[in-house]
Amino acid sequence: MKNSKKFKTTIWEIFLYTIMSIGALIFMLPFLWMISTSLKPSTQVFIYPIQWIPRPPVWRNYIDSLRSAPFGRYYLNTTIITALTVLGTVISSTLSAYGFARLSFKGRDLFFLLILSAMMLPNQVTVIPQFIMFKLLGWLNTFLPLTVPSFFGPPFFIFLLRQYMLTLPKELDDAAFIDGCSKLQVLVLILLPLLKPAIFTMTILTFLGSWNDFFGPLIYLSDMKKYTVTLGLTLFRGEFATYWNWLMAASIVAILPCLLIFMLAQKYFIQGIALTGLKG
Amino acid sequence: MVIKMRLNRTLKENIEGYLFISPALLGVIIFSLGPMIASLILSFMQYDIVNPPRFIGTSNFKALLTDPLFSKALFNTMYYVGGVVPLRLIVALLAAILLNQKIKGVTFYRTAYYLPSVSAGVAISIVWTYVLDPQYGLINSVLRYFGIEGPPWLQSTTWAMPGLILMGTWSIGQPMVIFLAGLQGIPTHLYEAVSIDGGNWWHKFRYVTLPMLTPVIFFNMVMQTIGTFQVFTSVYVMTNGGPMNSTLVYVFYLYQQAFQWLKMGYGSALAWVLFLIIFTLTVLQFRISSLWVYHE
Repeated sequence: MKNSKKFKTTIWEIFLYTIMSIGALIFMLPFLWMISTSLKPSTQVFIYPIQWIPRPPVWRNYIDSLRSAPFGRYYLNTTIITALTVLGTVISSTLSAYGFARLSFKGRDLFFLLILSAMMLPNQVTVIPQFIMFKLLGWLNTFLPLTVPSFFGPPFFIFLLRQYMLTLPKELDDAAFIDGCSKLQVLVLILLPLLKPAIFTMTILTFLGSWNDFFGPLIYLSDMKKYTVTLGLTLFRGEFATYWNWLMAASIVAILPCLLIFMLAQKYFIQGIALTGLKG
Repeated sequence: MVIKMRLNRTLKENIEGYLFISPALLGVIIFSLGPMIASLILSFMQYDIVNPPRFIGTSNFKALLTDPLFSKALFNTMYYVGGVVPLRLIVALLAAILLNQKIKGVTFYRTAYYLPSVSAGVAISIVWTYVLDPQYGLINSVLRYFGIEGPPWLQSTTWAMPGLILMGTWSIGQPMVIFLAGLQGIPTHLYEAVSIDGGNWWHKFRYVTLPMLTPVIFFNMVMQTIGTFQVFTSVYVMTNGGPMNSTLVYVFYLYQQAFQWLKMGYGSALAWVLFLIIFTLTVLQFRISSLWVYHE
């Protein structure tokens, strides 16, 4: 009796693993194909049936493709933009969220509602006037349109952090005030360490959003020296349309930081999506 | 004396409050509200950045009604949304149910299923251009193993959109994770009750999982509809709206009008119509939701 039940569970587990593995294969296949192609000599790219293991693997593809376009420059540009965006988002969202979660002042709830409603506004409605505004400021073809807005508290993250802050007990603040802390000190010394998971999630989401952003760089950057990785990649694609091995190598290099961050911070990442998703 | 001190304190509180929220407040005014009003005004103007803007009344909106590319773009976008949203939600739900099983190594699978959504954008669009290549692409090569000659995908007016929909369905990460959180929130005693009554796995799914999950399904549906309605990057990279405008989607058309042909007024009109469509769709979904979303 006991054995047959155990047997049934084992069968069930084998069945589950099989289905799950087939699913994983479907989701991973384009990535495996990408890696495989990136290591093929040009002659093996266009053959049927597919040769999954390149013989011999051509590691030079990576060097050749990265040398044929200024990818180092693209990488540097994207890193600068992404770093500034993350920094701006974290600082401004934390300050604003503290104001909304902990301080009482006239019109607070009204202002919060205003920020919430801005969250609903699709990007397309604001992007044309923003473009004109940045043009008037002489900011076109600089990183400013891509980074400065993040220093003014993206509504979504203010909302996220405020909700998180509301769950922290207010006695913590009061104890610190009695000890003579100012509000800024309370925020930085007492609350910030407790907000770590939320800030971590915010950092990852902002990083991915900024690194993968295409529309922004596309409309604001025109000088090739200022291109980001995503923009440089489309240019590269135009020039080497059928060099699939080179294109795949460059694409892998382009998404590598995102993949690494995701792998390292997987737990926080998925928690964060669930948290923001359900509360948003 | 006491009153004065208290007044001072509230004043100080107010000023401090405004200081803390000033980045957000300024941001909303400069980057959302201001542009929103400007965009509304611009939609009644003709403006090409070089010459000063000129008021033209409702001409932009009237032109939209007779613009064959506008209706084409709207139709194509509906086609894309109508394809991706249901498919993505079904696949995401099945994946979430699978990943909710308590067995070893489930984290690995979760990573694998989520991976396509981490790297969405230009690089993945390039990979999919190759995956959908009629001759040497992954999909048609696999089909050929089974003796099926696959369609010409992105090179055909009929198959380009299904190709984009297929790629869209592949990245299920976000709704999947939200489904997972929803599944974990279903109390186990409900399943136990079904077991006691002699129900099988289908009864559990049909009478517990599905009804308990309807609020999450609804949330995902609304968010995914809004998101996919704004599809841009994959179209820009993979088809450039072609062949023969068969994948010309709304935001891509808006981009062409506003930023390639510098028709800022017409582009703004397009943006407002888009906003109204998305808004109406969302309201409609909320209205219909009372018919099928289960609330405890």
